[in-house]
Amino acid sequence: MLQHAIEDIKLEDIKQPNIKPKEIKKALKMAVMSLFSASAYAADNPWQVETSGLLYSESDSRVSAVEPVVSARKEFADEHYLNLKLVVDALTGATPSGALPSNSVQTFTRPSGNGSYIIQPGELPLDNTFHDTRVALSANWEQPLSDRLRGQTGVNFSQEYDFTSLGVSGNLARDFNDRNTTLSAGINLENDWIKPEGDIPTPFAAMQPEGAVQARGDSSDSKTVVDFLFGVTQVINARTVMQLSYSISQADGYLTDPFKILSVVDDATGDLVTTDAYRFENRPDKRSKQSLYWQTNYRLDRDRISFSYRYFWDDWDIKSHTLDLSYRWNFAENQFIEPELRYYQQTQAEFYEPLLLASDLLNDTLPEFASADQRLAEFNAVTVGVKYQRQLANNQHWNARLAMYQQSGEGSPDGVFGSNAQFDLFPSLTAVIAQVGYGFEW
Amino acid sequence: MKKSLALWLCLLSLSACSNMGVKSWDRNLLAKPDMALNDDPITNAFNEHIYFSKEASSGGRGFGGGGCGCN
Repeated sequence: MLQHAIEDIKLEDIKQPNIKPKEIKKALKMAVMSLFSASAYAADNPWQVETSGLLYSESDSRVSAVEPVVSARKEFADEHYLNLKLVVDALTGATPSGALPSNSVQTFTRPSGNGSYIIQPGELPLDNTFHDTRVALSANWEQPLSDRLRGQTGVNFSQEYDFTSLGVSGNLARDFNDRNTTLSAGINLENDWIKPEGDIPTPFAAMQPEGAVQARGDSSDSKTVVDFLFGVTQVINARTVMQLSYSISQADGYLTDPFKILSVVDDATGDLVTTDAYRFENRPDKRSKQSLYWQTNYRLDRDRISFSYRYFWDDWDIKSHTLDLSYRWNFAENQFIEPELRYYQQTQAEFYEPLLLASDLLNDTLPEFASADQRLAEFNAVTVGVKYQRQLANNQHWNARLAMYQQSGEGSPDGVFGSNAQFDLFPSLTAVIAQVGYGFEW
Repeated sequence: MKKSLALWLCLLSLSACSNMGVKSWDRNLLAKPDMALNDDPITNAFNEHIYFSKEASSGGRGFGGGGCGCN
């Protein structure tokens, strides 16, 4: 930073006839560099610590999560930073299994095969086996590589009961045009292993009653994910900065959800068949995702407006639009209130099916892939929230945020007929997001 | 043909960029912490984690979620 300030001094303004401007610049640089040697930096610069806790709670006793986070950042030498982060994520609650509601009581076997749960007539089947604790650790190092080039490299590790993930990433950013333009390129490599309770279900195998032998394959499976990210950041004027990014992500391996099922119904009536009525889903083992992301920050004299738009598409035929708007109202020198609004809309995956037909099973004409996972259906979502932050003495601050997230989808999607048309297959989902944070130097 | 068109577009946009921007002494507003493109990494990470587990899309701002068995 100081180096750049020195470069910005107009040396021709110095009117000392006996001293050459180049020598002054060199001497100043030397003095500053020795003052801020690496060891002095490490000793003088404290860790910037951020702690935060998130509470996420869905209505109707669906998923709830508690997520504490600690992150720390320290400057070890001039613009050389180490970032560390620890996240713990505890989940409980129930999530839609993919099965249809029915006019009679339904009994489902738990993933382990050693238990069952009952869903009352007319209710959307929710699997309440869902509880897990996830621990994620990440470390990231960033430093300048030359006057205009910065590099970043990191590792991520996360572990939960049935899932392990390991990732490495790297990023290069180069400044141009008096640091008004920055081009960046990044890569992320990730490997995930899944070991579900009761092993990996055979695609489209029937769910067997509690205690019976289930049709299962291997005990575990894995996938690899490769992401590339290319970005341009541009200062437009003294109040506006913009970012445009393109990202592409390729996933290969086990992409099916081992806990999701589909109901098999009679072709004429739509009623659930009497035997082998629930089948495990099957998804492709490849997915290529792409997105374009554009963000603009505009600074008023006191406040700031931020707007972003993302267009996302993948080879599962999902397309989505995401709009995000926030206004930071800096109403006092050490406090701000920031309302936020987000709108999201997605189309369904090409293999999203609310049900399977009995005739397709009988004639062996089932689609190659099918899933009734609501996250692959067509829906839209709105988030409305507000954040408050207060700066305290000694570089401390605390903040609180409250937001509401609501998803609405088609209650009777294409493909639903007969007795199923009376049910709401996508009851709107509402979640409350509450967050409290405290930041300090250590 | 397509390649040369793309090359021209790139050069055009780069030269357009070189006409934009400000001098370092005009950066007082841009240097405010709230003008950082990711001014609240913790909240953004919370959001990305929630949306990754409830929606079919991810990524864009940074690398796309992942590291979670939730989707």
